[in-house]
Amino acid sequence: MLVPLSWLNEYVDIKDITPQELEEKLFSCGFEVEEVIEIGKDISGVVVGLVKECEPIPDTHLHVCKVDVGTGELLQICCGADNVSAGKKFPVALDGASVYATAKDHKTVEGVMKIKAGKLRGYDSNGMLCSGVEIGVSEGMYPGASYNGLLLLDDNEQIGADIKPVVGLDDYIFDVSITANRPDCQCITGIAREVAAVLNREYKAPALDFTPDSSKKEGFIVEVEAPDICPRYIGHYVHDVVIKESPLWMKRRLALVGQEPISNMVDITNYVSLEMGQPMHAFDCDYIEGNKIVVRRAKDKEKIVTLDSQEYELTTNNLVICDGVKPVAIAGVMGGLNSEIRETTKEVLFESAKFARDNIRKTSRALGKRTDASAKYEKGVDEYSTYNAMKRALHLVEELECGVVSSTHVDVNTGNSIEPKEMKVSIAKVNRVLGIEVPADDIVRILKNLSFDPKVNGDELTLMIPAYREDMESYPDVAEEVIRMYGYDHIVDTFLPDAKVTMGGLNAKQKKELKLKKDLCARGAYECIHYSFISPSDFNLLNFSEDAVERKAIKILNPINEDLSVMRTTLAPSMLHAVSRNQKKGNLEGKLFEVASRFIPKNLPLTEYPEEKQTLSLAIFGEKYDFYTLKGMANAVADSFFTKFKYEPCEKPFLHPYQTASIKEGDTVIGYLGKVAYEVAEKLDLRTDAYILEIDLDYLYALDTKAAYKPLSKFASVNRDLALLTDKNITCGEVEDTIKDACKYITGVKLFDVYEGENIPADKKSLAFTVTFTPGEEDFEADSVDKYVKKILGNLKYKLNVEIRS
Amino acid sequence: MNEKLTSIKQEILDSIEQSAVSRASAFELRKKYLDSKTGEIGQLMKEMKNIPNEEKAEYGKQVNELKNWATEVFEDLDAKMKDKELKLRYENEKIDVTIDSEPTEKGNLHPITQMRNQLIDVFAGMGFTIFEGTEIENDYYNFTALNTPADHPARDMQDTFYLSPEFLLRTQTSSGQIHVMENSKPPIKILSPGKVFRSDDDATHSPMFTQMEGLVVDKKITLCDLKGMLDVFVKKIYGEDTTTRLRPSYFPFTEPSVEVDVSCFECGGKGCKLCKGTGWIEILGAGIVNKKVLENCGIDSEEYSGLAFGIGIERTAMLKYGINNIKLLFESDLNVLKQIDDN
Repeated sequence: MLVPLSWLNEYVDIKDITPQELEEKLFSCGFEVEEVIEIGKDISGVVVGLVKECEPIPDTHLHVCKVDVGTGELLQICCGADNVSAGKKFPVALDGASVYATAKDHKTVEGVMKIKAGKLRGYDSNGMLCSGVEIGVSEGMYPGASYNGLLLLDDNEQIGADIKPVVGLDDYIFDVSITANRPDCQCITGIAREVAAVLNREYKAPALDFTPDSSKKEGFIVEVEAPDICPRYIGHYVHDVVIKESPLWMKRRLALVGQEPISNMVDITNYVSLEMGQPMHAFDCDYIEGNKIVVRRAKDKEKIVTLDSQEYELTTNNLVICDGVKPVAIAGVMGGLNSEIRETTKEVLFESAKFARDNIRKTSRALGKRTDASAKYEKGVDEYSTYNAMKRALHLVEELECGVVSSTHVDVNTGNSIEPKEMKVSIAKVNRVLGIEVPADDIVRILKNLSFDPKVNGDELTLMIPAYREDMESYPDVAEEVIRMYGYDHIVDTFLPDAKVTMGGLNAKQKKELKLKKDLCARGAYECIHYSFISPSDFNLLNFSEDAVERKAIKILNPINEDLSVMRTTLAPSMLHAVSRNQKKGNLEGKLFEVASRFIPKNLPLTEYPEEKQTLSLAIFGEKYDFYTLKGMANAVADSFFTKFKYEPCEKPFLHPYQTASIKEGDTVIGYLGKVAYEVAEKLDLRTDAYILEIDLDYLYALDTKAAYKPLSKFASVNRDLALLTDKNITCGEVEDTIKDACKYITGVKLFDVYEGENIPADKKSLAFTVTFTPGEEDFEADSVDKYVKKILGNLKYKLNVEIRS
Repeated sequence: MNEKLTSIKQEILDSIEQSAVSRASAFELRKKYLDSKTGEIGQLMKEMKNIPNEEKAEYGKQVNELKNWATEVFEDLDAKMKDKELKLRYENEKIDVTIDSEPTEKGNLHPITQMRNQLIDVFAGMGFTIFEGTEIENDYYNFTALNTPADHPARDMQDTFYLSPEFLLRTQTSSGQIHVMENSKPPIKILSPGKVFRSDDDATHSPMFTQMEGLVVDKKITLCDLKGMLDVFVKKIYGEDTTTRLRPSYFPFTEPSVEVDVSCFECGGKGCKLCKGTGWIEILGAGIVNKKVLENCGIDSEEYSGLAFGIGIERTAMLKYGINNIKLLFESDLNVLKQIDDN
């Protein structure tokens, strides 16, 4: 929120405080100043000057002037402006001064320039007479500043005086950040109350008095049909309105915070909103039909054109202010064009109301219309301000002499009190939150400064909480008020002196996860983290059929964009995109993995928590890798969980039809691995082959396998090589499993040769294995291994029709 | 001395000079003179018969001396040749040691995981266990139970992704607090790390990021305990010289609420680019658990109090490793991932 210090100074005396000090004080009590804007920071060396003589330079539009700048000597300055004339006072930029440089139109600022004494058409010129634009002064700050020529100063200005205080350039504006719990500080007086409290100074509240005449707008009524979202509506009727410009002081303040002055009546509403934090509106009574105001929910498809000439179609979710016939404002957002204040306006109805913050928020969002008023209502407006803002507006009507305040005052409310609320708290409890003993005197001083009117009785503190402090509920709130004013630097370091000892650390699942990740890193893989949401087009990229389970994904109702709109049911798309991005950056080889959740809904739309299945995704890419490299990584996963996986050929729509396998632990399929299909790789612009796997980790976490020592055999192992002749469609895995199952002493089965071709029948292949037998507690008998081999061969023949190759 | 002996001696010296270039040629020379059967010095002994008797003794002595001398000479020669050959072998194996090797394969944990593990280590040592909630939460746990009812302005602080009227992507790991407090009795010390989501996607915001929520509920927990505990944490992560500063802030689920700043670890608090000249860096939000939150979870707020803090892991990691763009953390660029190895 923008706070000009000159304005703030009206309610709390800060003249002797530097902007830096004030910034630090506000920061310490919870108001961060995001930016300090120094109004006249680019302007220096400019003074009030009186043109004594002014002679035209022949054949030019220039004049040569003698200017009194208070030094005793007259300064010769050449000037091209049309309004230069003797006997008038203007801003004079002296030799070495800094002012704004303008474009040829004399209006557009193009930067800052230094003024140097020089010659113009042969005449000495020792400075420059300035326009409003050249010294950064707008019409609101000084009348006549917008004239495209010299800024004519008032005759009373003192010759030689620094121009900055004269035109209001000696000011600072603080952009203050307001936390959501302090909507009462969304205004200049709100900040002033805090500054007064933190500086231990007096807060000077703006004048609220006014004297209504006896006139009444006969029969005028306000009906609030939706008190749930409009708990208070105050209307007051003003007649004999004279629409004109606001006085300079008001225009200047509005201009400082970027609010364009419009006319006295409109300016009063804007001024009060900035000063008191209560949005206000003024209706031209000539356009209020039926002599009444009705506050109601809009009808479906009801239309209104707002002040900015935009038409909106409303729904029953929106609150509207209506006259007897039609909507005249979208409540809390913007007034209607039909009843706006015009130059001809003679009677005005002022509105000061409180609307429910979430209703205004929803309307503002739905219509895509954010205004100063809606922003304030969304954060919250209190009824104390609703009440006082109306008084303040009426006071200003009288002060500005722009209308007569009538006796027609309508206050429709739900009975909420705007009187201070009593709160009793224990001082000990306040200190117990903080962990330090704040001296009682300091507590009382701080709460008094905050207008809480503290009364102490032993440990009991009785407070009267002003109605604008809706955030104050119980003793922790009081503790916060005390410490932010007392100073957080009083908080000392303690380390749970009274707490019980607890055991910390990772649980079993968390340890397994970390071990897996470290095991994969040790094998050259880098961990990735990807967004939990993907694009629905990723399902097409991976060739999933229309009824594939992967497509049964949870959708985000309000995604940032389509590409980030569905929750992942598979980690593969994110991983493949990661491979693609790396290849585009020239990384043509690598191993990546991610451990993350897949989201499997039990129903759609969600009415209960979906399953979040923790899953491993791993991809490898590069010329030197093949399917078996990936299988090695899969086996590393199995090792990490002290188990073994089995692999069976399978199909996935995005993987190579003949280089894809399911991963099984025991009899449960827990994942897949395979080579990325060429057509998918092409869509991803992959420049090398890529391989990918996904494994369900929740299943593996649940295994009760663990690291265990198996005693070494005292006896030597025996190796036997078996050359086998099998049908072509028999897999190595099937043969291996059959061999292993045949004998409990087998500790290794390793394929060392696959052969097809000459000397082998066309429908057969030859597989050669080294089988390792390791004795247990007793050594093998002389013919034991032969017996085992015989059994193996028998099983192979029986189960798979595999023969020994002669 | 016998002339022949003198000339052999000279001959040995000459031939060594001329032809002993390697251990092998030296060995050949040695054989020529000292071979037990065919060596020339051995042959000299056989000429004893032609030597007059009175000279025999002297002759024999001289031959023996010659033999001893030659043996010694050839031993020296062999040692010298061995040295020479070793030197030569080394010289032949000279390589350019500045040529780079093929890199050994090794991966890294993600920088966020690395940072997360470091934080967990610090807090596990203080007795915290780890609770991982779900990424999909319902409105009650994410907002209502955390003292943020539907019309609360704090809901505007977080733009929420909704999945249905009731379910959403959690906007904060604070939702974990509620699950833990509903299911366990004080003393509670938990750390709740995880992904959180907000509808923000620009140069400095990512729609998904990682938070770590910490919660302590016990008797007599105070703001001083919060400061003391966080002070230990920042010293462990950013160095022993780091100090902390609390300043007022607002979160619906804590009261009082604070922002915690650490003294800038780049400049030590003097003011630099990293801390934007202030000497302080904002690292986390914290506070005393709002008593309504305790009550929502069925914990007696008169008997127990709590402290809570929420750390942005990306921000912590970015500050620690000098990463300047949050988006880099989610792009899986190996050029980035290979650089951060702080496991």
